[in-house]
Amino acid sequence: MSINTSSIPLPAWLEIGLIPVLNIVMALFFSGLIMLAIGVNPIEAVGIMINGAFGYDEAIGYTLYYTTNFIFTGLAVAVAFHANLFNIGGEGQAYIGGLGVGLVFLLLDKYLPMILLIPLGIMAAGLFGAAWAYIPAWLQAHRGSHIVITTIMFNFIASSIMVYLLVNVLIKPGQMSPETRQFDESSWLPFMHEVLGWFGMEVTRSPLNLSLVFALLCCVFVWVYIWRTRWGYELRTSGQSEAAARYAGIKPKTVIITAMCVSGALAGFVAVNEIMGVHHRLLLNFTAGYGFTGIAVSLMGRNHPVGIIMASLLFGVLYQGGAELAFEIPKITREMVVAIQGLIILFSGALALMLRPWVVQGYLKFKPVDEVVPA
Amino acid sequence: MEALSGFFAILDATLRVSTPLILAAMAGLFSERSGIVDISLEGKMLASAFAAAAVAAVTGSAWLALGTGMLVGVVLALVHGFACITHRGNQVVSGLAINILASGLTVVLGIAWFAQGGQTPSLGSDARFMPLELPLAEAARAIPVIGTFYADVISGHNVLVYVAWVAVFATWWVVYRTRFGLRIRAVGENPLAVDTAGLSVSRLRYSAVAICGALSGIAGTYLSTAQNASFVREMTAGQGYIALAALIFGKWRPVPAMLACLMFGFLDAVAIRMQGVVLPVIGEVPVQAIQALPYILTVILLAGFIGRATAPKAVGIPFLKER
Amino acid sequence: MVDINDADAGGGTSVNPPAQSGDDSLAIELRGISKRFGAVRANQNIDLKVARGTIHGIVGENGAGKSTLMSILYGFYQADSGEVLINGKPVAIHDSSDAIAAGIGMVHQHFMLVDTFSVLENVMLGAEGNALLSHSASAARKELQRLADEYQLSVHVDSLVSDLPVGEQQRTEILKALYRHAEILILDEPTGVLTPQEADQLFVVLNALKERGVTVILITHKLREIMDVTDTVSVLRMGEMVSHLNTRDTSMSELAELMVGRKLESRNYHRDGPLPPATGEGIEVVNLGVIDKSGKQRLKNLSFEVKRGEIVGVAGVAGNGQSMLLEVLSGISLPTTGHFVINGQKASADEPVSPSRMRELKVQHVPEDRLKLGLVKSFTAAESSVLGYQRARRFNLRGLLKLKTIRATCRRLMEGLDVRPADPNLKSASFSGGNQQKLILARELEREPEVLLVGQPTRGVDIGAIELIHEKIIEMRDKGCAILLVSVELDEIMSLADRIIVMYEGQIVAEVNGRDANKTQLGLMMANAHQEPVQDSVA
Repeated sequence: MSINTSSIPLPAWLEIGLIPVLNIVMALFFSGLIMLAIGVNPIEAVGIMINGAFGYDEAIGYTLYYTTNFIFTGLAVAVAFHANLFNIGGEGQAYIGGLGVGLVFLLLDKYLPMILLIPLGIMAAGLFGAAWAYIPAWLQAHRGSHIVITTIMFNFIASSIMVYLLVNVLIKPGQMSPETRQFDESSWLPFMHEVLGWFGMEVTRSPLNLSLVFALLCCVFVWVYIWRTRWGYELRTSGQSEAAARYAGIKPKTVIITAMCVSGALAGFVAVNEIMGVHHRLLLNFTAGYGFTGIAVSLMGRNHPVGIIMASLLFGVLYQGGAELAFEIPKITREMVVAIQGLIILFSGALALMLRPWVVQGYLKFKPVDEVVPA
Repeated sequence: MEALSGFFAILDATLRVSTPLILAAMAGLFSERSGIVDISLEGKMLASAFAAAAVAAVTGSAWLALGTGMLVGVVLALVHGFACITHRGNQVVSGLAINILASGLTVVLGIAWFAQGGQTPSLGSDARFMPLELPLAEAARAIPVIGTFYADVISGHNVLVYVAWVAVFATWWVVYRTRFGLRIRAVGENPLAVDTAGLSVSRLRYSAVAICGALSGIAGTYLSTAQNASFVREMTAGQGYIALAALIFGKWRPVPAMLACLMFGFLDAVAIRMQGVVLPVIGEVPVQAIQALPYILTVILLAGFIGRATAPKAVGIPFLKER
Repeated sequence: MVDINDADAGGGTSVNPPAQSGDDSLAIELRGISKRFGAVRANQNIDLKVARGTIHGIVGENGAGKSTLMSILYGFYQADSGEVLINGKPVAIHDSSDAIAAGIGMVHQHFMLVDTFSVLENVMLGAEGNALLSHSASAARKELQRLADEYQLSVHVDSLVSDLPVGEQQRTEILKALYRHAEILILDEPTGVLTPQEADQLFVVLNALKERGVTVILITHKLREIMDVTDTVSVLRMGEMVSHLNTRDTSMSELAELMVGRKLESRNYHRDGPLPPATGEGIEVVNLGVIDKSGKQRLKNLSFEVKRGEIVGVAGVAGNGQSMLLEVLSGISLPTTGHFVINGQKASADEPVSPSRMRELKVQHVPEDRLKLGLVKSFTAAESSVLGYQRARRFNLRGLLKLKTIRATCRRLMEGLDVRPADPNLKSASFSGGNQQKLILARELEREPEVLLVGQPTRGVDIGAIELIHEKIIEMRDKGCAILLVSVELDEIMSLADRIIVMYEGQIVAEVNGRDANKTQLGLMMANAHQEPVQDSVA
């Protein structure tokens, strides 16, 4: 006597409003339990986190700096998702994107002006990221190799390549830590506090830089690309039904490769924020798991740029607030944020539909069954 | 003689580094053969490694540590099952969530409980699985080659290494020779056929996933209480993924998967020895190249350039009874 | 899962009201079974009695509720109300194991076999008896041999299922049921995938089962089979049982009328005169062959032509290459050998022509599988209404899609062919089969095709829509369009086509004039069992 509730449609405010919020609440509830388990008052912790994320302008700067990374990797996952591809390789693509920036700047930063260096750096990040996504994409399209597994493998391969290059080749001579030399200042992406300073606004220094603006532009680009162009139409068609795509004269192989390259480029842009914006040199592990967080961001944001911006902001708060928390409460470390992230992926992703039957049931109480037609 | 003992030392090391891979690969085999993708081998191993080391540090009992490690593996596996089987969630996403959760939680709890930067206290030899001398190992040394092979390579490992070998045989036997194995294989190929045969798809998949958790738990316990003497943050370092690669490399079959683990383990053992060694013609081989080799080989295999790896047909697809 | 039962009047939660034993000469008795999905009443108050040791047929159109009823009997769904009695005793069937325990075996339309297993392993699965396979296997092998002999069910016990022909896979399914001591065997559309010979063989088996006391329920929409093998028959229409009859006392035409609920007028769309002279060819196919990736010959040496203003029907049992033919002619798949000329454009393996180019050439294609190919279920109707034309200039401006134009066009298409509801923003999946088909047809006809490829235009389409679709096809013919019509419904082909080609295992085995065709003769040709030499039958 039970029916399959997944076939009962819900109004948008429930489907993309209430349910996702409930999922996050569940994740935060379990995070609270973990805090209790280690003897930390979760309410107090939330207070510290929110203050640490928004309380003063430097904090806001840091929050938005993290947000920028998540927007890039979230968009990367989302674009691939629309083509029915699961790109777990954002981490590696971002890493290799950094290699692109590093190589270009090591070669040219002494010779070119800023106006050329910055676009070149952005292009290099995108191209290298795309290239690293291209290989798994090609293998999926032409050899049927499962992209989830190949992109996982490519993360590890990217990591090995970067370690090798930084330890043996690109390292600044005469130093121990595996990093390149610092790039010339002409290649630095302006910090937000500098930009605002030009307009006479006094803002405390933070790593936030112009990449945020670029990330927001990417959101607009992705929205237009997916929903407003024929290429996006073809990408979505191919993602929904390969047979329909072939019928419509769309080549699924081309779509796979295009979608993954766009996805890889977006992931590569993490290097724009991290390398061009903050570190100004190439170093190990600058991606710090942002690629994986992108999966959570995309899941929470329902693969839509607006949702992704909101989810990125939430993770920005978690990262920055979490850092503050670790600073304030010695029992807590930054890894708390990683655990919370895992819970969010679990509840917003894998268990996204857990609460839906209850919501449907509640909804049906207020609405006569006859008006509900299964889709 | 020098070369031979050097080679034996590499083989000995191979066995030691392959053990967690073999256990994790067998774990993954049960899960994936039943139709549940498991990229969370890494997370389960990590969490078990931490739990085992923590319990060993507190109680001083290696066996209690093993039990706890397995229990934690099973619990995480059941979380994965709850998401993928009961709620038909995306299996890759669920696995990823468990990996990230384990990666964060082990450090958070480690610092909260032991305050050693995420490490657990160093374990004494009573609280660990120590090397065992197999019978007649010393006597066998008198026999050249075979005898020394027995004494230097086969003998002298901790009990979990031998457990891993038994696990391979047991996995093969269960999967191919028992009713349970037949059903597990069937549910990974065509769950509807299993359902119409009057069997519960969920129950079969939950049992497979639980076995997977227990085996990953042994693998994790091995890392922190046998191979090492404490838990160190991120100590799995991708071994769960290597085991997954080995499983694919072995085409989801126990013995080939074990051979793949041994091969990857051998590469790892060699990589450690090759550090800084300059070979004729090639020059210095970068360690990173050898470390990346398992991943590269798996990609090449998946590309179909060395045989075809055909996954169980229903793997990754949630089972929906009402159509 | 949610319990919506309380919304259903009358039934309450009491699937099994106070046990009231029934007639124990009946193998199955259903009393007042009802089942609804949201607003759709799939089964309403269904009663059924089947005597032990008989073959009972259940007929009904697509969507009449046959599959739902059988799914309830086998425990896939739970009925909202009503009760099931087996051998006079009420039983509760919650899942397949309950059904098996009650002695019910089922042969599903899509076989429930593990392809990578042998026949033996498939039969054993779930009924192994012993925890160790080696013990179970030897017992099962013996029992299988006995069953195979007794019921003339020859199978290769150790072959992998994936290597077996369809008929043998079906026999494996029957063996699975018998191995579990099924006394009631339900077969859901069992002949859909069989050749007539294999079907005949199946009927021999069914009769053998009946003789040994097994009760057989045959679900089908093929009236011929009902007349040939059943003792009694029930007719389902729109979720209700409308009639129970003795097969002896009824006729195919009576059953057909009961199924659709009104008198069927056989319409004849054939033109009055001969084809207009000098019309020229719309499609010319020369020695066309396709070998697929697995090396299987899908099409072999096909040659035929379709003139402008002519409808050529392609008849055949499903799976004899008709789908591949449509795919090749529409540019989706490449031929391996031979070539074809379509609306003046030559295409072959060396000179491939893409689906997009075909559309530009005014070669339009209404695909067989509208849910997989014809539209995208999750897209809005407006988005689906440009599928295949997403690059057309009128829908694009400087790289952006003109959504307003797309919606307006969709609304116009919907009004033109009476697609309901005429709302371009609705999801494609939420339209009924008939309305989806009309939308696809409207999309393709709007381009004023000069060559039209049509596959199964009325499969799963309600009767009202069928007439409209047929009229549109005739209208295109009269405009001078060359039409290739693939259908498994012989009536449809016979009433529309000027000429009929019959396909069997990827080849053309016969060609007849549409006006002269009769069903028996076509049926024999489809089984490749006709005696006449192939070419002579061309009028």
